[in-house]
Amino acid sequence: MSLASPRLLRPAGTVWPLLARPHRLRRRLGTVLALAVGVVLLIWSLLPTYNMLLIALDAEGDTEYSGIVWPADPTLDSFRVVMAGDYWYLEHFWHKFANSLLIALATMVLTVLIGSLASFALGRMRLARGWLLGNFPVVTYAVPASFLVIPFYRVMREYGLSDSLWAVVAADVTFATPYAILILQQYARLVPFELDEAAQIDGASPLVVYRSIYLPLMAPALVAVGTFALLFAWNEYLYQYLLLTSDRNMTVAVAIAQFFDADEAPWNHMMAAAIVYALPPVAIFLALRRWTAAGFSLGGIRA
Amino acid sequence: MSSVTETRALDFKAGEHPPGRRLQRPEVAWALAFLAPYLAVFAAFVVYPVGHGLWLARDPALYAELFADQRYLRTVVNTVLFVGLGVNLMMFAAVLLSGLFVRREWWVRALLAVYLLCWALPAVPAFVSFHWMLIGEQGLINGLLRELFGIEGPIWFNDGWLALGCNIVAYIWKWMPFWTVVFVAGRMAIPQEIYEAAAVDGATGVRRFLHVVFPLLANLYLVCTLLATLWTVGDFNTVYLVSIGAPARSSEVLATLGFHYAFDAAQPALGIAAAMSALPLVVPVALVLMRRLQAGAVQL
Repeated sequence: MSLASPRLLRPAGTVWPLLARPHRLRRRLGTVLALAVGVVLLIWSLLPTYNMLLIALDAEGDTEYSGIVWPADPTLDSFRVVMAGDYWYLEHFWHKFANSLLIALATMVLTVLIGSLASFALGRMRLARGWLLGNFPVVTYAVPASFLVIPFYRVMREYGLSDSLWAVVAADVTFATPYAILILQQYARLVPFELDEAAQIDGASPLVVYRSIYLPLMAPALVAVGTFALLFAWNEYLYQYLLLTSDRNMTVAVAIAQFFDADEAPWNHMMAAAIVYALPPVAIFLALRRWTAAGFSLGGIRA
Repeated sequence: MSSVTETRALDFKAGEHPPGRRLQRPEVAWALAFLAPYLAVFAAFVVYPVGHGLWLARDPALYAELFADQRYLRTVVNTVLFVGLGVNLMMFAAVLLSGLFVRREWWVRALLAVYLLCWALPAVPAFVSFHWMLIGEQGLINGLLRELFGIEGPIWFNDGWLALGCNIVAYIWKWMPFWTVVFVAGRMAIPQEIYEAAAVDGATGVRRFLHVVFPLLANLYLVCTLLATLWTVGDFNTVYLVSIGAPARSSEVLATLGFHYAFDAAQPALGIAAAMSALPLVVPVALVLMRRLQAGAVQL
């Protein structure tokens, strides 16, 4: 026990409540409480995923799911149907998957590029009115994405991007970049200005400073921001549904939600497709978990 | 108070020039070149659509029509409840749970990975699963209630308020992990010495949270709450996929109602008007957020 323990500083004659070492009891109580919260949280987190598996593994395709809490007779047939694109709503499943992937990857690359360029100019070059421009990211969120979808739909036709994957990419980049800029500006505070100045004195142009100092030192934040943009695009449904009208350009998210249009759809196929669709972001997130920490640092960052 | 003391010299007030020399003319050109892609995106995909939208919804008669619609009024109440309850319950629970996740035991780390999967799981599969968990008498939730406790659960989507509650829970499920980790990062940035000093003064447990941790996180909490409010007002997926507005459009929020006006009822102008009618609520939130971010208030 350390001497700094406050309990030792109690005035003489105080009676310890309950036990001689109340802080040890308190610590043990804390652990029990943490474990209890942990168990509840585990069930809470896994329940929807369990439900997906339960329905996907059910053999009864056409009937509605009927009150079971345990897969009585599990079968992987629904996954076979998804892989083979064997059902009307799931035709060309892998083509749709490729569309989703293209949108997500393009959103990721463009968000990192545009976000890092803008955050470099705003944070490192600091124009006289830079703070004014720095407000633009928040202005973007003042009008929520879903409110903009109707004008967006019309504007995209004017831009000649109707039924184009790039229209969805444009929308995703628009709404993923502001958060990226906020995060990058926070993280950039950790990169010393002296490095930029030393390079400038050696005659490096801003482009060289950006490429050989800013980008390498910002790598963790860039990976985080890129992952977040990818997850954002993978989450998005409304713009994909409205802006992509042809079958050729349909994405998996839209294909899954389409099942709701039918009254007697095979829900096990829907859930199997949903699980397959959920796998890439989960895998990417688990693989890059260490790197994504910077993306959550809206507050101060510890060097 | 600054936990990043070593970067303190870089803090600057809005509008004030940072340390170092002023930008030379060619450098201003560089800065503008760096900003150009972002400004182009902002002009083409924010300014123009917003302007276009306001122009389409400029007719005051549209708003009279909205306010005469019973469904619209119910939707406004729903939206206020969805955002007010959803955001505040979520943020409060997140800041409490962040206390769990700063612990260093192995099982806490493992739990964090599982917990964050809720956030990494795409919205469509997650909310579709919620829909099937709660549907009718046969969903998993009612099945579990029957098997474990012998209770007959309600038919969740038969009552507008109950359906709204389901939407709120689903929304919190999806987004709480994100904010929890934001607060974990905020707590990590509190220097250990402060905890030690507090412990010497006898502040532990609940008292430490109330008098030490929360005041230090207050700015971050405010900024996150404002940002979450903006994002939640615009959330479309939850209501569209979990309750699907059932029963009879009584659990809609403005984002989904605007969509139905525009695409199911073929009244795009009315749809935009429904969405734009939320701006008087949203814009002040954005303005406060802007001020807090500008003042560098997110810094601990």
